[in-house]
Amino acid sequence: MTAVSQSSGQEQRPEEVCVEFCDVEKSFGGEQKILDGINLRLPAGTTTAVVGESGSGKTTLLQLVNAVLRPDAGEVRVFGQPIPQDDLVSFRRGIGYAVQGAGLFPHLSNRENVELLAKLAGWSASRREARYLQLLAMMGLDEEVSDRYPHTISGGQQQRVGLCRAFMLQPRLLLLDEPFSAVDPITRIGIYQTFSEVKAREGVSSLLVTHDMREAARLADYLVILARGRVLQEGTVGDIIAAPADDYVQMLVKEQL
Amino acid sequence: MIRKALLLLRGLPCRLAATEVAFVLARVFAAGLLGAAAASAAASDPVRIGSKNFNESYLLSEIAAQLLEQRGFTVERRFGLGGTLICYEALRNDEIDLYIEYSGTISQAILNLSLDAGLDQLRQSLAPFGLHLQEPLGFNNTYAMVVKRSVARRLGLTKIGDLAAHPELRVVVSHEFLERDDGWPGLALTYGLDPAVTGIEHGLAYQALDDGAIDVTDAYSTDGELVRYDLAVLEDDRAYFPDYLALPLVRADLPLDVQRALAPLAGRLDDGRMQALNAAVVFEGRTFADVAGAFLEKEGLAEGSYAGDVFWQDLARNTLQHLKLTSLALVGAVIAGVGLSLVVFRNRGLSQVLLYFCGLLQTIPSIALLALMIPLFGIGVLPAILALFLYSLLPILRNTITALTTLDPTLIRVALAMGMTNGQQLRWIYVPLALPSMLAGIRTAAVISIGTATLAAFIGAGGLGEPIVTGLALNNVGLILQGAVPAALLAITTELLFEGIERAVLPGHLRASL
Repeated sequence: MTAVSQSSGQEQRPEEVCVEFCDVEKSFGGEQKILDGINLRLPAGTTTAVVGESGSGKTTLLQLVNAVLRPDAGEVRVFGQPIPQDDLVSFRRGIGYAVQGAGLFPHLSNRENVELLAKLAGWSASRREARYLQLLAMMGLDEEVSDRYPHTISGGQQQRVGLCRAFMLQPRLLLLDEPFSAVDPITRIGIYQTFSEVKAREGVSSLLVTHDMREAARLADYLVILARGRVLQEGTVGDIIAAPADDYVQMLVKEQL
Repeated sequence: MIRKALLLLRGLPCRLAATEVAFVLARVFAAGLLGAAAASAAASDPVRIGSKNFNESYLLSEIAAQLLEQRGFTVERRFGLGGTLICYEALRNDEIDLYIEYSGTISQAILNLSLDAGLDQLRQSLAPFGLHLQEPLGFNNTYAMVVKRSVARRLGLTKIGDLAAHPELRVVVSHEFLERDDGWPGLALTYGLDPAVTGIEHGLAYQALDDGAIDVTDAYSTDGELVRYDLAVLEDDRAYFPDYLALPLVRADLPLDVQRALAPLAGRLDDGRMQALNAAVVFEGRTFADVAGAFLEKEGLAEGSYAGDVFWQDLARNTLQHLKLTSLALVGAVIAGVGLSLVVFRNRGLSQVLLYFCGLLQTIPSIALLALMIPLFGIGVLPAILALFLYSLLPILRNTITALTTLDPTLIRVALAMGMTNGQQLRWIYVPLALPSMLAGIRTAAVISIGTATLAAFIGAGGLGEPIVTGLALNNVGLILQGAVPAALLAITTELLFEGIERAVLPGHLRASL
């Protein structure tokens, strides 16, 4: 509940919260709750990283935000609004989504992958092209990749195309599901750099889930440590390094940072 | 019961047993729907003539057809129907107007009367069904005991009774004749002959007789082989064999002028003449049309014999018909198969049920499925297309549903999370990604359909099966190839066509190998 006050020094009013979880619970039929009593207020205009190992519930948490999943109990709000019951299509189009391994559609060229949603949303060809070329340049991609299929370019390039696709509709919020973990460490450094610049220029709020503490520290202003469906600790990178909440967080800090 | 079953198959190649069995089943299942398609023919309608699928039946129907054409009637030939009950049901359901039947078959297989029922009794029994029996054509295609003419002359054999005085003659009969109620055991008893004789495969008996390896065997009294091998038929002087008189069985509502036009055929064909006509087709390789035309001309019933070589016209007509059957069935199956798949694939249970059901359909032998269609849809193009449609459904459904349900879940989640509607997901993600597998299924269905459509000739739907069925009846390899070769070429062409389509619509990395 201290997210706003602890947020990095960006100027914003306290009520500007991009994602809010209120007593959220989620399970998939079994005894074990995947998420158990999640309460979070993530400040707008910042990047939040949810850090946890596999099974911690971090991907489930992310999918509650764009209503791919619905909570069993509690409520998720996005930019102060509860997630709508219908017209999820336009709701989701306001949220960019990038996943591990890029998740590009293999039957579409890179350019078609990026432009598809804009086309479905009724953007004119010229508007699409302008936006596409802008993103391509920002993301450091050569125009030569446009007409090629995803499988013909490198994993790093695919990831950049995937990010272009996530940014295409100028979303206010970006959800990133370990988008960099399939890329080799050297390439990853370059993408971090590019991504940080682009999200700053686009002024987008981001929610990133990752198992990599170092990636979280590198990209995020604010961290949430998740384990077995519960929030162990949240705060700025500095806060967490300074005062790990328990042995597990201590271990994460020690091993990975 | 066995006797009835044997009678059903009498004179038919044994490969058709399945048809008859299936047909009996079809009657049981669909008895209530019989006759649904009945509608009486207007006077100007073409006369639809059926035939069974053995050479004598083709020939007699062709003779009837040409006679009617000579008298100015339009004729539609629905020849080569797969057996007695298919012909009979087609007649009753007003799918054909007439065909040539045998009196013994009518009393035994159709009406379940005793073998000695007279023609008047048959006519009385058929009348309630709206059917009428015309006068016999003359010959009696029953069992006969035959010997080489030279042997008959030397020993003075003219009657079956004469055999009793020559116990040294080697009597070898077909296996079926050995077992039948109206076969050898009763014959031996009636004529006081040795009941213990050897059995032989009927196809080999004539050659064995000709080679002098055996002396006496059974035959059908109008087989062309009797002419070819110069065999003498021993007279059944104690009237042991039942009559199988050939005679036109017509619908009673057939216009009288048509019925009258057929009347001159009565008594025209004795056993010897029928043997000669059969031999002309079987051993001289002449067409039914040719032999029938020559016969009518000789009898003064027609002017000008049958004209010309129709090989290419037949080929074109059969191929076009084949394409029509398969393409209509395939288009239907693609629409229904892909449509159903898209509707049900998200529901696992429903998908399974649908696949099991189509799998079940696939296990019905094709000839049986065709037969099952008759009580519901009659004979001809419609039931053939429906049967082919059902066969084409499984490969399309299976490939499409499997492909749709095994797509990379990440891609599906991304498509959903990005904000695509259900329709957009189908149009942009599901269908294009499932397309390679879908096309493979359609390709399989097309090739299966082309192969199976050759059987459509059994229910009068035409196509490349027509020369095959006729060729099988005549044991004429050339005629079989006239259907089989184009069908094979069609299948190969279809393969190539689909390969072209795949090249055109699928990016290289999504194409199936090759």
